Amino acid sequence: FPGLADVSISEDIPVEGEITVPVGSRSPDEDYSTLDEPVRDTIMRDLKAVGKKFVHVMYPKKSSALLRDWDLWGPLVLCVSLALMLQGGSADSKDDGGPQFAEVFVIIWFGAVVITLNSKLLGGTISFFQSLCVLGYCVLPLTVAMLVCRLVLLAGSGTVSFIIRLIVVVAMFGWSTLASTAFLADSQPPNRKALVVYPIFLFYFVISWMILTFTPQ
Amino acid sequence: MATVDDLKFQEFDDAANLLAANPDATTISIDEPVEIPKNQHSRLQEPGREEDDELLGTDDSDKTELLAGQKKSAPFWTFEYYQTFFDVDTYQVLDRIKGSVFPVPGKNFVRLYIRSNPDLYGPFWICATLVFTIAVSGNLSNFFIHLGKPTYHYVPEFRKVSIAATTIYAYAWLVPLALWGFLMWRNSKVMNIVSYSFLEIVCVYGYSLFIYIPTAILWIIPQKVVRWVLVMFSLCLSGSVLVMTFWPAVRDDNRRIALATVGTIVLLHALLAVGCLAYFFDAPELDFPAPIIPAHNGTTVITKS
Repeated sequence: FPGLADVSISEDIPVEGEITVPVGSRSPDEDYSTLDEPVRDTIMRDLKAVGKKFVHVMYPKKSSALLRDWDLWGPLVLCVSLALMLQGGSADSKDDGGPQFAEVFVIIWFGAVVITLNSKLLGGTISFFQSLCVLGYCVLPLTVAMLVCRLVLLAGSGTVSFIIRLIVVVAMFGWSTLASTAFLADSQPPNRKALVVYPIFLFYFVISWMILTFTPQ
Repeated sequence: MATVDDLKFQEFDDAANLLAANPDATTISIDEPVEIPKNQHSRLQEPGREEDDELLGTDDSDKTELLAGQKKSAPFWTFEYYQTFFDVDTYQVLDRIKGSVFPVPGKNFVRLYIRSNPDLYGPFWICATLVFTIAVSGNLSNFFIHLGKPTYHYVPEFRKVSIAATTIYAYAWLVPLALWGFLMWRNSKVMNIVSYSFLEIVCVYGYSLFIYIPTAILWIIPQKVVRWVLVMFSLCLSGSVLVMTFWPAVRDDNRRIALATVGTIVLLHALLAVGCLAYFFDAPELDFPAPIIPAHNGTTVITKS
């Protein structure tokens, strides 16, 4: 073969390696081996995943960790704690009080589902639970704001405390909206981004309003 | 043997010119495929053509019917069917909102803006925004009105959100349903040139509610005169959009029925505005404390402000 004249195969070069067929029974063993680990490891792994997502929300940068491994533990914890903290307001006997626990729950979950459906109907490529995960995790700044508001209200409920609460809630509302937009905006077609961001804005605005108007009895 | 001319590079002519020269040649057109999922057709239209059609106004009924035939052929239990109702871009939604706030006399909102692409995004989110705007503004307005009173304790009045939601969504969906049914019934009796589909009517109603959002925010001002001026103003704007949309659909009918229909549309619209104002916003004057002035002769005179 004239073309291969300059290629020499030396007989001194050893050819070695392993020719093994990956046996199927190896991988299931690796998956099922989590059965044998201590319970602490199992719980800590999930807790670490949730904690990592919390950190991602507080310092939002475009990372796919939040989107790839979605879980709904974080949103559940945040939603329940927010709804609990919104209790104890002037909602004891009068009808025109603050939101009940069930109302907060329904607003957060139903609102997140509606926003997810909206973004999917507009042609978004994100999956249903990923979007729920992001929207739920981005409630974290508002939960922190609720905590701060309750602490401030312990000190007093005058004009100064209202101004402090207003600043904190507005800042956290902006943070939540920006964080969720940073995660969700990429999955939308470019000429519909505003159509998808607006309902998210409305959603966090309603939650912020509930936090800001919380008055202890 | 190829001549020099044949070997020269020749520009590709327009397909029309080439075809005129050689009518029997087979042609392959490499365009953007037109039969992609129907929810792409609106993006293929250039903005220039849209403007021409706007000037033509009513002359595009053929095209709109053709476009209507191309859409919504997915069965209703698939997700794609509902995606056809959200086939709008940001600029289209903004244009429709602009068209509802600044009605141009003589131009039909449905023909001009919706053009056989009714969307559910606008009606749904405008109604949602309106619900929360009315609830929040009402709460704020009551807070400011009662601010000085010592016996007043602020309550967030969260119940009113659900009441507002029920009212506004019922208005935005049931009234178009009734109107559509009525127009269909009249259509079977009187041949009308213009007829609207149910979604187009929902679309018009949804977008016509947009003017109430800034109105609700301005209702925080606790002056009765200001509030009623705002009611009149917004009612004129959105009512005129509705009237200009539905008048062509009923004008071929019996005169009295046509007037009654249009009158009912405006009346219901006014009822919504006035009802929201009355229920969510406390009247400003009645809550100022009446000063009690002891008169000289011992009787007390209570002045009502």
